[in-house]
Amino acid sequence: MSILLTNISKNFGRFAALHNVSLEIPEGELVALLGPSGCGKTTLLRIIAGLDQPDSGRVNLNGEDKTDQHVSDRGIGFVFQHYALFRHMTVFDNVAFGLRVKPKNLRPSEADISKKVHTLLDLVQLDWLHDRFPDQLSGGQRQRIALARALAVEPNVLLLDEPFGALDASVRKDLRQWLRHLHHDLNVTSIFVTHDQEEAMEVASRIVVLNQGNIEQQGSPSDIYDHPANAFVSRFIGQTNIFDLQQEDSFWLKNSGLPVPQQTSKVAHVRPHDIELSKILTEGSAQAVLKDWQHLGALIRIELLKQEPNGSFTTIYAEMPNEQFKQLQVNNGDTVSVRIRNAHWFH
Amino acid sequence: MRQSNIMPGFRPALGYTLLYLGLVVLIPLSTLVFKSFQLSWDDYVKVITHARVVAAFRVSFSTALGAAVIASFFGFIIAWVLVRYPFPGKKFIDALIDLPFALPTAVAGIVLATIYQPSGFVGKLVLELTGVQIAYKPLGIVVALIFISIPFVVRTVEPVLQEFDATMEEAASSLGATRLQVFVQVIFPNIFPALLTGFALAFARGVGEYGSVIFIAGNLPYVSEILPLMIITRLEQYDIPGATAIALTMLIISFLLLLTINLLQMWVRKRSGQL
Repeated sequence: MSILLTNISKNFGRFAALHNVSLEIPEGELVALLGPSGCGKTTLLRIIAGLDQPDSGRVNLNGEDKTDQHVSDRGIGFVFQHYALFRHMTVFDNVAFGLRVKPKNLRPSEADISKKVHTLLDLVQLDWLHDRFPDQLSGGQRQRIALARALAVEPNVLLLDEPFGALDASVRKDLRQWLRHLHHDLNVTSIFVTHDQEEAMEVASRIVVLNQGNIEQQGSPSDIYDHPANAFVSRFIGQTNIFDLQQEDSFWLKNSGLPVPQQTSKVAHVRPHDIELSKILTEGSAQAVLKDWQHLGALIRIELLKQEPNGSFTTIYAEMPNEQFKQLQVNNGDTVSVRIRNAHWFH
Repeated sequence: MRQSNIMPGFRPALGYTLLYLGLVVLIPLSTLVFKSFQLSWDDYVKVITHARVVAAFRVSFSTALGAAVIASFFGFIIAWVLVRYPFPGKKFIDALIDLPFALPTAVAGIVLATIYQPSGFVGKLVLELTGVQIAYKPLGIVVALIFISIPFVVRTVEPVLQEFDATMEEAASSLGATRLQVFVQVIFPNIFPALLTGFALAFARGVGEYGSVIFIAGNLPYVSEILPLMIITRLEQYDIPGATAIALTMLIISFLLLLTINLLQMWVRKRSGQL
């Protein structure tokens, strides 16, 4: 089901949570609403669900205006950040809830409900827990039960609020992949909220970046990473080094091999992996001192200190594969020459 | 197996608890039992099966039960309103709830009797409109007991409602549940154990209540005479074994009823995974 939001605004008292937001999500996408905390992403999700009402604007689901419809009539599945499982019901009853509250003429028989619930529990690989209570489950298990419960009513749209926020790192990694595969199998239009850009890049087929109640950019993960629309997106998606031409970085940047455009661009954002290091120091090369480095697994992160004309130092982060760093044979305190392959320019 | 405790002092704390439990509860109660042993079994049966005493048993327990049911219903609504809705004067109303705790019960009884008697402000109105007389009838006792016991219900339900995770309601709504279904299937089962506790407290208080009841009850033998009054009457006639016999029986019945409520509560909790 496609989702069309037009001119959604929402204020909480004097705080404007959403600012004239318009968004179109085609059917079958897995979309991440990405932004720092307080950017309005959860509010937007709750407005799509009908849990919050917008002050102005319309919510269209599959071509139907659903703005004034109650959450129970929208045909959505919502997975809450802290799962919101019914504590007084077993796992089975939790998943069956959406089927049992249907009006009598639409309600499946108890046998059909049982079959369906067990199928869903199999899907989330937790059928063996069907007679437990939520308090007896781990966080990851609760999350998957919450998902099964939302899927039981066969929603047209699946909405997930920070689905992995409360889980520890290794469980989170597994569940991300699992969600991606699940979406691939079910192909239900899904939107999830996250503040973790890595998670958004890994799971989503489309990312919508929000900041202070506005949409900054939307597109595929690679699109957003390779062509950030503005300085905020560039800073928020992945690490960047920021060089300000007005702070007399331009000479140093030129020496590093980066062509400085003549237009009005004033700020260069450089990804750590776009920085190359070399021990060969030549006249007129951009130089920096290696301060420290950390092992991140496949990559090494290197902290460089660049001396400013006024004598102070700024830190530059570079990243390179393990092997390459070994071949470089540098130690803390060495001076290296820096080459910058690529940068994004902003005003 | 050695267990590490964050708070030290388990032994002295247990010692104090047992000491005070003995001084305040066990010794007086066992005196009650011993005193009633001064009667032979036949005499004991004679005392408690006296028609007037049996009537008083019926009045005391039925009014306390009725009042506890009504207080639970309205107490739940009051707690609900206090937790869920913001409104001006909320703090004031909240403070007002505790008033029956602080007010001398005799004062409450006199006030209630004054306005609910047939010539009183409310009593007259009700009598004219429905033909029902409140004061000097068991109904009057129920009114007094509701007044006394409502704070027990409000104060036990309130914190549980406050802690109730409202996203559970949103989840139920998003799954297509109507508002009634959300209340009946999600909210109520989570509040019910606390409501039962409130009910038990209200009931226990109602059975033993004396001060507020005697003014509004009229104390007609066989109609609106309550057990505590029977006990006082016996004591005034220096019939101490008779008084203790009634008291002991009352104690046993109350204990059994409260035990039943507690078992029911345990069953509810177990069924809903809260144990």
